[in-house]
Amino acid sequence: MTQARLYSIITDKNLSAKQKSQYLALEAEASLPYLDIETKTQQAIDAGIICDMFEGHAPFKPRYVLPDYGKFLAQGSEYLELDAANNFDEALNLLTILYHHVPSVTSIPVYLGQLDTVLMPYIGDLSEQQIYQKIKLFWIMLDRTLPDAFMHVNIGPTDNIICRTILAVDAELKQIAPNLTFMYDEKVTPDDLLRQATNNICVCSKPHIANYPLHAKAYDNSGFGIVSCYNSLPLGGGSNTLVRLNLKEVAKKAQHKADFIDTVLPEYCRIMFDLIDVRSAFLHEKSNFFNSFLNTEGLIAENRFAPMFGIYGMAEAVNILMEKEDNKARYGHDDIANQLGHTISKLLSEIVATTDVKYGYHGKALLHAQGGISLDKDVTPGVRIPYGSEPDPVAYVQATVAHHQYYTSGISDILTIDETVKANPLAMFNLAKGALKSGYREFTANVASNDLVRVTGYMVKLSDIAKFDAQGSRTNTTFLGAEAAKNTAILKRKPRVAALETSPSYVE
Amino acid sequence: MLQSDTINFDKKGIISKILTFSCVDGPGNRLVIFLQGCNFDCISCHNPHTINHCDHCADCVASCPTGALTVENNKVKWRQALCSGCDKCIDICPSKSTPKTSSYSVRQLLELLTQHRHFLNGITVSGGESTLQLAFLVELFKAVKANAALSHLSCYVDSNGSLSEQGWNKLLPYIDGTMIDLKAWQNATHLWLVGRGNHRVMQTINQLAAHNKLYEVRLLYIPGKTDLLSEIDALCEYLNTLPQQVIIRLNAFQHHGVIGEGLTWDKCSEQQMLMFSKKLVARLGREVLLPSVYT
Ligand code: SF4
Ligand code: SF4
Repeated sequence: MTQARLYSIITDKNLSAKQKSQYLALEAEASLPYLDIETKTQQAIDAGIICDMFEGHAPFKPRYVLPDYGKFLAQGSEYLELDAANNFDEALNLLTILYHHVPSVTSIPVYLGQLDTVLMPYIGDLSEQQIYQKIKLFWIMLDRTLPDAFMHVNIGPTDNIICRTILAVDAELKQIAPNLTFMYDEKVTPDDLLRQATNNICVCSKPHIANYPLHAKAYDNSGFGIVSCYNSLPLGGGSNTLVRLNLKEVAKKAQHKADFIDTVLPEYCRIMFDLIDVRSAFLHEKSNFFNSFLNTEGLIAENRFAPMFGIYGMAEAVNILMEKEDNKARYGHDDIANQLGHTISKLLSEIVATTDVKYGYHGKALLHAQGGISLDKDVTPGVRIPYGSEPDPVAYVQATVAHHQYYTSGISDILTIDETVKANPLAMFNLAKGALKSGYREFTANVASNDLVRVTGYMVKLSDIAKFDAQGSRTNTTFLGAEAAKNTAILKRKPRVAALETSPSYVE
Repeated sequence: MLQSDTINFDKKGIISKILTFSCVDGPGNRLVIFLQGCNFDCISCHNPHTINHCDHCADCVASCPTGALTVENNKVKWRQALCSGCDKCIDICPSKSTPKTSSYSVRQLLELLTQHRHFLNGITVSGGESTLQLAFLVELFKAVKANAALSHLSCYVDSNGSLSEQGWNKLLPYIDGTMIDLKAWQNATHLWLVGRGNHRVMQTINQLAAHNKLYEVRLLYIPGKTDLLSEIDALCEYLNTLPQQVIIRLNAFQHHGVIGEGLTWDKCSEQQMLMFSKKLVARLGREVLLPSVYT
């Protein structure tokens, strides 16, 4: 850290005062020496094989925190000197207050609660119109005071007035924040509710749809939430750290496929666990985070935090390994390449499921297909098929679905759908239903012409990206999005349904 | 549900392409089967290589950069696994055809549909002119409706409307909807544009509407060349006789894929399309569907 760097943050013409404070704090933390890790781990970090997601040198807050908001409303808080909520207004007020005390890696909360479940006990005899008005104001408040698209609300899988109203308000306002996950359970969710959700995707590329039974089972039906860019984590807990492994770089180190599977990959996994243990041990043992009221008042529990073992660059890794075998098969397009990908995912999940960590969920880390960050270049997020070379969305789902069973803490993947779907939202419904039915853990889609689009799992407005260089942005994620759009091929994502003329629409 | 014992599962169709995702060929996501061969010869055609069946002249074989085309027993053979999709063969073909067709049996298509069924609202046959392979369509749709895992799929036909009344009568029991093109209003204009008159097309539209099987009428707007604008009053009077739920979809003439004289014509701009649609909407009293892309 140099003073010049601090000076340029302080005098930056595009960042707000609050954004500057945030960057200055990061610089301060980065001025401490890094935690005590093995030489090999340091080498892997320096070589770009392992990445700590810029979480900082001395973690003093978990990456993601998922407080039990329902419990909070029911019991109030001694620390915050608040009584339990008695009605809808009080519930919204309590939530608004608590959001400002929930830390995360970005300092803005990434989880705002399963809001329909949390709020339903307080609707009393409010009319639909009254609920709509209150939710709408609440939604505007969230976007303007906590402007970060990593911030996530969950709704569903049951049909209820709060769920329906949130979907209506979200489609009407088309804000970046909050991000939204709709839980879908074939046995519980009526088709017309899923239709409303998939219609919304056509309008504003939200919500993300999570396969509820799959996630619920992964957490022993003890509660979970979807946060940030589609991380599935235990409710009343969260993630202490996320460390990610660049499979592309690992593949480069291997001599051939067998060397990768038998030797190189397991060795880098071991190094990942060193970093994971060192980072989470500091958080749990030194930082005093767990002395906070969130823990002492029972809104979180230390044993419900787990490290996320992230991976990315599966596509490149598979292609590199195929080349080493003199095979031309490409990831996403050829069965043999896809199967190698599935084999790697399975191996990773076995390693993660059988390796003890110091602070984990049942003593284990959680495997995550990581959605990329703005600095990634020439490496594809998670297990996705590279931008610009994707097959049609159905073929896409079929080529990648076998990965989904392995990624307990989520698999960030975004399907790009041509804007012709707007005139036929039923097609989005068919696609979502097919994907979930075939075993997709989560379904996320972008409609190509929407101003509001997802970039590596969070939302930005395309018009904001265009404006950013000139003016700076009110939302933190536009900054990341602008960088991501420049450094990755993200805006190159190919819309898959060509529709130059539609009768017959023969040519792609 | 239909009995399956009368179905010929070995009946084959000549197919130029299958899409497993389409949101522009009927309600919801559809598996679209493009059949080779057409009995119209539109100057405006943007897929002219779908018009004729390959006569195996072998002119295209040498143009293939990847060796996907060979001649075996005087027949041109296409190996999909080697094909890069460059379309050089199509550019060179003197017969408005393509070497890249495949023959699929009803049984093979049922397998494909079973694989994709959870993603689909239904299937649509398109072309070319799909109804030229009527016997194949009848067997295919019968088989779909008789299959417990597939009978929920709706069956749609995209057609130029040239099929005879008896032909439609054979299809009607097994189909759920149709999309029919109406390319010009005056018979003479239609004759000039496509090589046949449009009386049959309108009879088709009337017949399908009477059976509640008309999903969409498609109007191709070619500014200055056809008469849909100049005859807009008569056109709308006719369209108003159709059931209100029938979708009127507008297609804008573009140059994509077009060969020959059509390329000298002006493309339809978004502005021209909006002007045309505004006049239609005023006369129809309901919305029409507009193209989403102009090139
Ligand atoms: S499109 Fe035609 S010319 Fe091109 S590779 Fe395929 S068969 Fe050969
Ligand atoms: S596709 Fe055309 S050029 Fe090729 S063999 Fe057939 S008719 Fe001849």
